Amino acid sequence: MMKNAFPYIGLGALLLFPLLGFSSYLMHIAILVIMWSVIGMAWNLLGGYCGQVSFGHAAFFGVGAYTAGMLYSKLGLSAWWGIPASIVVVTLVALVIGYICLRLRGPFFALATLSMGVILRITAENLVKITGGDIGIMIRERTWVEKIWYYYIILALAVMTFLVVKQVVGSKLGYYFVAIREDQDAAESLGIDTTYYKTVALCLSGVITGLAGAFYTNYMGYIDPKVVFALHDISIITIMVVMVGGAATFSGPVVGAVIMVLLAEMIRSIPKLGAAHHTFFGLLLIVIIIFLPNGIVGDFEKIRKLFRTRQEQP
Amino acid sequence: MSLLEVCAISRFFGGLAALKDVSFEVRKGEILGLIGPNGAGKTTLFNVVNGFYRPSQGEVRFQGGRISGLKPHQICKRGMARTFQVVKPLQRMSVLDNVIASAFLRAGNKQQAAEAALEILAFTGLQQDRDVISKSLPLGKRKRLEIARALATKPELLLLDESFAGLNPSEIEALISIIRDIRERGITIMIIEHHMRVIMSISDRIVVLNYGQKIAEGTPLEIGRDPLVIEAYLGEAQHA
Repeated sequence: MMKNAFPYIGLGALLLFPLLGFSSYLMHIAILVIMWSVIGMAWNLLGGYCGQVSFGHAAFFGVGAYTAGMLYSKLGLSAWWGIPASIVVVTLVALVIGYICLRLRGPFFALATLSMGVILRITAENLVKITGGDIGIMIRERTWVEKIWYYYIILALAVMTFLVVKQVVGSKLGYYFVAIREDQDAAESLGIDTTYYKTVALCLSGVITGLAGAFYTNYMGYIDPKVVFALHDISIITIMVVMVGGAATFSGPVVGAVIMVLLAEMIRSIPKLGAAHHTFFGLLLIVIIIFLPNGIVGDFEKIRKLFRTRQEQP
Repeated sequence: MSLLEVCAISRFFGGLAALKDVSFEVRKGEILGLIGPNGAGKTTLFNVVNGFYRPSQGEVRFQGGRISGLKPHQICKRGMARTFQVVKPLQRMSVLDNVIASAFLRAGNKQQAAEAALEILAFTGLQQDRDVISKSLPLGKRKRLEIARALATKPELLLLDESFAGLNPSEIEALISIIRDIRERGITIMIIEHHMRVIMSISDRIVVLNYGQKIAEGTPLEIGRDPLVIEAYLGEAQHA
């Protein structure tokens, strides 16, 4: 009973959260946490369940962000149109990336996706006439000054993503994804069209990440290639969110997003050392891989045992 | 009536001929044994038949249609399933989920897939292990899980690659009776096996490969008497 009620209690708390009158800064942190949960859940579909580790999710995030930005800067439309439009654009991009990268396996796939993110960043930097190049795109008219509406929009996106992941994982698609992760040859000989299902996983994962990107443009009001196509700040953090929280778990990406966003904010506020936040993330990743390879959610039992034995010792 | 026709198949790896001009057929309803010394090309032949490799020459026909050139999943969909010599369970999935994953091929929804999977687990004697994570299964049961998973795709033809290797005598007896039951269900079987007593007792016919070439074909009795086979295979075993 309690377990069934838990998601609703959580959702209720999240809905009420902005009404408590937190500062604009705290609202900003909450929005970032939810946005990273969305990206983490998206990556988890492809990397956690289907076993295709992407080092280039910034490609999808950036394409989503630029879809929204360019609708505004080139066509004079509201950047919010970027949210539906990015579904189409990112699907096309994901199909191309999938066609190139999905014939590769394991580390080769990871490296190919990494290069895709970099290629798109350099392209966006150089197509000055279309993207504005390094200057980026500025949304001059902000829709709302209050953060509360942005909060509810990203929360809606997160709830949708969660439901999609839940639906996919419990269905034939989810079984096929995991079969592909565990053994591609076995999956293929069990009648699973591995290329097709890997493409489905990539498109789903890419589109959701792109939606987060389109939201980002609207929320931040400014994008440039170095920010939205960033290898360290987007692609790698996406992987860390899932690894820290727990790959192939429902709540892992959410837990990971909370930890990573708070950690990033804390480290950045340390004088002098703050600039070295990537170093701290690297160390954290090493610790996680050695001691909690399944992440905090996946290895929760391990963590609990650790504390239990500590308490028993006087 | 022949279910599978292997027509003049050759497969080269660089200059090496792993299979050379091999032809035979598998008849509907029979158990065909495929034997030969190590490196004779048995598993390569399975890989060609099942679609992992394209034949360099020749073609494979299944249920009257050409299948060489198709991908393994397409061939599986047409009614051919296989097991692997080195077992490939979906390690971090439970035994039941392993079988459900393959049952989805012929099931409309998860409930149908689960029902089919449970039936197959009962048939292969794995129902007590349904919730075990397959990584932690002992080898004998992993081999059986391979077969269960292949059966879940509802094949016409089942290719078994050394399903008996590494099993103890009682596991061997149990598996022999399972394989006979599979045939009773109307499924044709082609089996690679090193265990001579097993292959002689369950096969209707046997094909013998040596250095990538077919050197004999016939009933177990004929194969046991064939001088070429004795020289290539049994003779070698006697010296060893």
